[in-house]
Amino acid sequence: MRIAEKFAELEKKKEKVLITYVCAGDPSAEATKDIVHALVKGGADIVELGLPFSDPVADGPTIQAAATRALAAGMTPDIYFEMAASIKEDVPLVCMTYYNLIYKRGTEKFAKDCAESGITGIIVPDLPAEESDELHDACKKNGVDLIFLITPVTTESRMKNTLEKTSGFVYIVSRLGVTGERVDVADSTKKILGRIHTDVPKAVGFGISNQKQASEVIKAGADAVIVGSAFVSIIASGDNVNERVEKLASELKEGCKE
Amino acid sequence: MKRSMYGKFGGQFVPEVLMPALTELEEAYDKYKEDPEFLAELDYYMKEFAGRETPLYFAKNLSKKYGIKIYLKREDLVHGGAHKLNNTLGQALLAKYMGKERLIAETGAGQHGTATAMAAANMGFISEVYMGAKDVERQHMNVYRMELMGSRVNAVESGSKTLKDAINEALRDWVTNVENTHYLIGSVVGPHPYPMIVRDFQSVIGKEVKEQIMEKEGRYPDSIVACAGGGSNAMGIFHPFIEDKEVKLFPVEAGGKEMKTTEKEALHSSSLCAGEEGILQGAHTMILQDKYGQILESSSVSAGLDYSGVGPELAYLADIGRVTPCNVNDDEALEAFYELSRLEGIIPALESSHAVAYVMKMAKTGELGDLVVISLSGRGDKDLETVFKLKEEEEAKEGKEASL
Repeated sequence: MRIAEKFAELEKKKEKVLITYVCAGDPSAEATKDIVHALVKGGADIVELGLPFSDPVADGPTIQAAATRALAAGMTPDIYFEMAASIKEDVPLVCMTYYNLIYKRGTEKFAKDCAESGITGIIVPDLPAEESDELHDACKKNGVDLIFLITPVTTESRMKNTLEKTSGFVYIVSRLGVTGERVDVADSTKKILGRIHTDVPKAVGFGISNQKQASEVIKAGADAVIVGSAFVSIIASGDNVNERVEKLASELKEGCKE
Repeated sequence: MKRSMYGKFGGQFVPEVLMPALTELEEAYDKYKEDPEFLAELDYYMKEFAGRETPLYFAKNLSKKYGIKIYLKREDLVHGGAHKLNNTLGQALLAKYMGKERLIAETGAGQHGTATAMAAANMGFISEVYMGAKDVERQHMNVYRMELMGSRVNAVESGSKTLKDAINEALRDWVTNVENTHYLIGSVVGPHPYPMIVRDFQSVIGKEVKEQIMEKEGRYPDSIVACAGGGSNAMGIFHPFIEDKEVKLFPVEAGGKEMKTTEKEALHSSSLCAGEEGILQGAHTMILQDKYGQILESSSVSAGLDYSGVGPELAYLADIGRVTPCNVNDDEALEAFYELSRLEGIIPALESSHAVAYVMKMAKTGELGDLVVISLSGRGDKDLETVFKLKEEEEAKEGKEASL
């Protein structure tokens, strides 16, 4: 399913979009499939499937640890695409990974493998717009959205260029830093949303972990919230994972409806 | 060609949040590198604080034994015991002119961390150094040195717990504190403009060699040999000679235990000799990776060469054939460590020992010519414990064999 279809579907229902992140293969490929099912059952509208990289510079300790566990458990790009193809949930899947894994596979082949396994978007945290021409072309050719990030320190001129390139949605980082759970999100979100003028849906991520925060971000004007580390923490605990993941997803989704 | 590129190598593959900081740094560098006040102040620090210029020493005993004229560029005599201070003084001064209050750095052997701590203490910065936990253990005197000078040393427990992981962690710090912090990268690696800035500050090595060798020999050397992990002392001594095509340039990588790769790790650190193209820590360069693009852990007896990547400009120069990458293994480096100590009364760093080892190995082949300059990038005091342990292990092994 394409990302734009999902946003259109929910707009009709007057709901905002919940995007959730999990690291594929943590703790195993099979477990990830169950977790994705629980996420969607709870209310996730889009699922980002992290493809783990050995050196994830944009991630905080929680997601770093997840990537380490997934790699130790044997996750590879080949297994990743097989697993993605076997997920039959009615939501768009988005691949989040670092550029070297894409470069090594070949940008063209990577985009094609995404399209063929039902992944309709790619997020690459270490690929700024300036370096993205090759992947951008490959994505366009294969009907996959390439999603870029905007941060509080992105300058006006770079923002214009980045917004022209992003499709599906634009990933807005509301504060400086790496991924991870944080406390205050409302002010920083308002501030950055005020600067971004685009027709592409605006998804806010980094530091959102509960219903209250999700609701604050939506009230501040976001079209979607992205939640990652909070789910990864539950998965890391190994305790009653599917049930707790589903519950958190449903609470967050409530925050997107308020 | 984009300014950030060396042929197809280089670039800025970094999180979006760092892009403005890289632009700011590039603009500041462009401005101050021509600024007479900045240059005069840098010159003052280089002379009065670092102790430049360093001698180009004729190693008479080594030359006699190996049958060619061998000069040592004595970067081991720079304050702190390695060439690293050339770069940290330059970047710290730049950060001061940019109004930053805090310096962060990664370090492998601890040499760059120490040089950062020195510059930070002297110029009044708050400083934090990231160092792989494995390196903290094998170089704990350097940790103490940094702490003495007021730096906070953070042991990095992620990944292989060496230099590459320290860089990752420093990048994460920078992503979070980019507004008041300058990330003082210690080698010619990372995203543009770092490879260019570090090369320029280190080029003082090659510029001095040019004048000194003309004075002593009336001609340029046939070869220049320098060890290369990230490649900062190599680029520093090579760069002024790039256009002098008659001078052969040899970056010597760490061959480690052997030139082999298992599924999870390389038994060496030779990205130029045995790596493949890829993207690591902000740059398109030569890296050690598996078939999927996961970065392999590297290995070397010397912490300062133990790195899975190499500077993009060095990758480019190797690609076009201007430099000739080569490597020596741990044992050869150790032998050179002993040889130079005994013959010349100079204890080289294990990193620099790789360059010495290559000259010892190749002197008789004629490939290096008759006149060679070795970049003696650091002194070996920091390595005494490592070498001592290896010697004990070796003796224990021999004792066992003898008693069988």
